[in-house]
Amino acid sequence: MDRDALNRLRWRCTRRALLELDLLLGHFLDTRFADLDEAQAQEFAELADLEDFALWPLINGDQEPKNPQQAAVLAMLRSSRTRNPA
Amino acid sequence: MSYSNIAVRKFDAVIVGAGGAGLRAAIQLSESGLKVAVLSKVFPTRSHTVAAQGGVSASLGNSEPDHWTWHMYDTVKGSDWLGDQDAIEFMCRKAPEVVVELEHFGMPFDRTDEGKIYQRPFGGHMSNFGEKPVRRACAAADRTGHAMLHALYQRNVRARTQFFVEWMALDLIRDADGHVLGVSALEMETGEVTIFHAKATIFATGGAGRIFASSTNAFINTGDGLGMAARAGIPLEDMEFWQFHPTGVAGAGVLITEGVRGEGGILRNASGERFMERYAPNAKDLASRDVVSRAMTTEINEGRGCGPHKDFVLLDITHLPPETIMKRLPGIREISIQFAGVDPIKAPIPVVPTCHYQMGGIPTNYKGQVVVPLGDDPAVPVPGFYAAGECACASVHGANRLGTNSLLDLLVFGKASGEAVVEDLKQMPAEHRPLPADAIERTRERLERLDARNGGESEYETRLALQRVMQAHCGVFRFKDKLAEGVEMILDVEQRVGKVSIKDKSKVWNTARVEALELDNLIEVAKATMISANARLESRGAHVRDDAPDTAERPNGRNDTEWLKHTLWSRDGNSLAYKPVKLEPLTVESIALKTRSY
Repeated sequence: MDRDALNRLRWRCTRRALLELDLLLGHFLDTRFADLDEAQAQEFAELADLEDFALWPLINGDQEPKNPQQAAVLAMLRSSRTRNPA
Repeated sequence: MSYSNIAVRKFDAVIVGAGGAGLRAAIQLSESGLKVAVLSKVFPTRSHTVAAQGGVSASLGNSEPDHWTWHMYDTVKGSDWLGDQDAIEFMCRKAPEVVVELEHFGMPFDRTDEGKIYQRPFGGHMSNFGEKPVRRACAAADRTGHAMLHALYQRNVRARTQFFVEWMALDLIRDADGHVLGVSALEMETGEVTIFHAKATIFATGGAGRIFASSTNAFINTGDGLGMAARAGIPLEDMEFWQFHPTGVAGAGVLITEGVRGEGGILRNASGERFMERYAPNAKDLASRDVVSRAMTTEINEGRGCGPHKDFVLLDITHLPPETIMKRLPGIREISIQFAGVDPIKAPIPVVPTCHYQMGGIPTNYKGQVVVPLGDDPAVPVPGFYAAGECACASVHGANRLGTNSLLDLLVFGKASGEAVVEDLKQMPAEHRPLPADAIERTRERLERLDARNGGESEYETRLALQRVMQAHCGVFRFKDKLAEGVEMILDVEQRVGKVSIKDKSKVWNTARVEALELDNLIEVAKATMISANARLESRGAHVRDDAPDTAERPNGRNDTEWLKHTLWSRDGNSLAYKPVKLEPLTVESIALKTRSY
């Protein structure tokens, strides 16, 4: 992912409707995103494009992931644990 | 980077912010046939209005008798008599109309068996002038704000409103006569600045809860409208009044609902003491929000807080059976694991009183026109300038907002500001007033400063310093010495803000630049809050001072003789002025002053 795309993703991860998702996605981007392969990074970007009330149930397990690839990225997101005080 | 050839786009009206207030205003303008631009830092349905869960209040009387005068009484009382009674009457009378309109826009309200809008009770909303709770809140499950925003957005799509998404407004443009002529704005995707030249400008930029270290507000709430207004010479009203919630996760701000204490959760200090027994021997941990918040603050201030900085207390549910937690509080367990890093089955949750809602803002009248003092008149409209929603102060919330009145506020005053623009434009010449030669000067100076400076202060560290000063010195419970110190400290932070530099000087998607520009807005709100709070020597609503206690002579510490007035903070010299509270409603008798008790 090039610099511009990454910065755009950063904005869309940290200016959400819900504080919960600002914290979670921003922290993931800072700590885990660099470890993702290209397909996983694309999957994460697609998740970040979801509206908050579509994404949050996927993260907290109230809704089933649409495929194994999405499930894998969600598992990483869920386990990233954040205490980011920004 | 050169800012000499700035593009200019002309519209009848420009709206900054696409949350509930901005979208409601835009419908009014677009459906009137005006050419309108709506600027937003994010896609409209990602605005923070989404987070509002509880509902929107209106005296529809669908489940039991109700009347707008009862709603008005509750709102005046809730405001601790600081709300303007003309604006409160206007809002409560208009509530049924705007809610039914919203229903017609497609809002999926919950229904009664007869198919009417279902209404539920909500704190502070009563029947018959404070007699007993009434069902007044209209909701769409626990996603009222989300559903509302979608309904309003779809209506705007139908009306062909033009959106500028991921654009950040930078500065308000005024001419030498004080007329507002639009805004400058940055397109994040290109880094280019454009002037939106308009006959009318509506700010609907939301609150600024990010001035506090602990806030339930999303990161987007940086008070951009307030910063722009302050830099353009518009005073900010009643900024000392902020609503706090007692239990936000320490270091994150995410809300832990009262239901946790309802299930048996206990607040403990560093020595494990159940300290609420000392402050509220009967209700203990279930005392009202303000009592619990003040007790927590006192524990922290007196050195009994937890953690390395002794800056939080613990909410303990480890004594509850795990199956109870899993069954009754699954969402809270998830939040605690994600944001506090602790499983509340095994360890207590670190919590602090957390900023939730901004009562003050850009001063407006009940039509949504921005008003400033001029000569003997404390509220003269600024030609071409309007504001609505959390960024505005009409003032309907006064010193304390009632739940569900925030969504009502943005519907009523979003619509009213749109109507005012439509009417005011009929009186204006067809041609736009010319832009002044220095239209872009303030913006140019801010951007060139960031382009040129190297090795200055870090934006992140400076923002953190700002938030910590506000939290420690101007939080839910306020102390004379801490406030005085806080004024000095926030002025020091202002010096640092002026020296912020960014390493990345590129144009496209430069989020560091945008965050530095947001910080320029946060510091204006922070100064207004601290300086206004330091000066108000009483307790009223959400502003509670240790040196203005509850006495027989002054119940709750309120001092109507000296302080029944609105604060106006101006950026120029950090000066304060005051204007009277409007105690006269539009058509009914004034609601007389009395002690606020529930």
